[in-house]
Amino acid sequence: MNKYTERLYNGIIKENPTFVLMLGMCPTLAVTSSAMNGLGMGLSTTVVLVCANLLISLFRKVIPDGVRMPAFIVIVASLVTVVDFMLKAYVPALSASLGVYIPLIVVNCIILGRAESYASKNPVVPSIFDGIGMGLGFTLGLTCIGIVREILGAGQLFGAQILSLEWFTPITIFVMAPGAFLVLAFLVAGMNIIRKKMDAKGTPLAKPSGCITGDCSGCAHSAFCNDKKKED
Amino acid sequence: MKELLLIAVGSAIVNNVVLSQFLGICPFLGVSKKTETAAGMGGAVIFVITLSSFVTAVIYKFILANTYLLNKGIDLTYLKTIVYILVIACLVQFVEMFLKKKMPPLYESLGVFLPLITTNCAVLGVALTNVTKEYGILESVVNGLATAIGFFIAIVIMAGIREKIEYNDIPKTFQGTAIVLITAALMSIAFMGFSGMI
Repeated sequence: MNKYTERLYNGIIKENPTFVLMLGMCPTLAVTSSAMNGLGMGLSTTVVLVCANLLISLFRKVIPDGVRMPAFIVIVASLVTVVDFMLKAYVPALSASLGVYIPLIVVNCIILGRAESYASKNPVVPSIFDGIGMGLGFTLGLTCIGIVREILGAGQLFGAQILSLEWFTPITIFVMAPGAFLVLAFLVAGMNIIRKKMDAKGTPLAKPSGCITGDCSGCAHSAFCNDKKKED
Repeated sequence: MKELLLIAVGSAIVNNVVLSQFLGICPFLGVSKKTETAAGMGGAVIFVITLSSFVTAVIYKFILANTYLLNKGIDLTYLKTIVYILVIACLVQFVEMFLKKKMPPLYESLGVFLPLITTNCAVLGVALTNVTKEYGILESVVNGLATAIGFFIAIVIMAGIREKIEYNDIPKTFQGTAIVLITAALMSIAFMGFSGMI
């Protein structure tokens, strides 16, 4: 396996941002009410992530270390604005249903996290592949959660009725807000079991590093906090 | 006045920022172990969101959507995401410095949480919602304050429940984050009961 496919494998399977690292929980909960929304959000994030990794990696020697976070944020925010307009122009229905969560990609932990931990330290091409891997991993996660919620909550898959309403009563709560928390709770519990099995096998999974764990060490935004701590 | 009240009740309770809009999940799950810290975090969020709603609304009205510029055919509103995130980041830093110098007791209780809020999606989310819903400056401030109060309510209740959960016998697989998420789901169901209010 060369280093490019290794990056893809790392993003999609080994350090999958949704299932393993548990990053970017706000969009994961908010937009997965249907598989289509999950897919759309995942792909938009992927585009932003790949372009952000490309630009940040390109400018990594130019950006002074002291102002790197603001610089990253400006780059990411510009890209998000572009993606926002593209969605509004070409897929207005998707853009309307994702709403405010598209501009909120700016504060998605995955993007600043990859910028901080990978793109700002590595050459351009591996950074692009890292972005593609992580982005597709996130897309996979969102789409899977979206599929589960859509089937349970409406009996549909990508908008097509797959479970006949004659014998299936949709559990509507799964497409509403509480369903998001519930599905994620069972996902976390399931991952706990898998984690334990992998530990027993001697090939432990990467630790979850998002805010979900309650400690900030893996969070990209902690750069703000950590800089503060150094000052004090 | 009636409109403002409707906005306030709507943002604080009916469309609760955490439990129905999923903004600010990170601090909601991360900083809700003890009621005191949760209240501190909630206080800091109220402070920052109210202030940032005001500042971003002023910037939107007088700079980005300036009628003089609009009449000349220059539309700067597309810059809102970039401008807002930078303004919020600077604002939080300023607030922190100001509190440290001028109000040490308040800084003692809120200061630790301020950096955490810089990139909290709730802050940016509220600022952007204010634009989408075409709120004026006063409405924006009310909406910001109410949203933040909604956050305060949610995080304090969650912390209260988590303190009790500590003593319960939870299946091993569900210990930690999973049970917190299930609690959040139940809270979310409870808050759905308000949805007929307005």
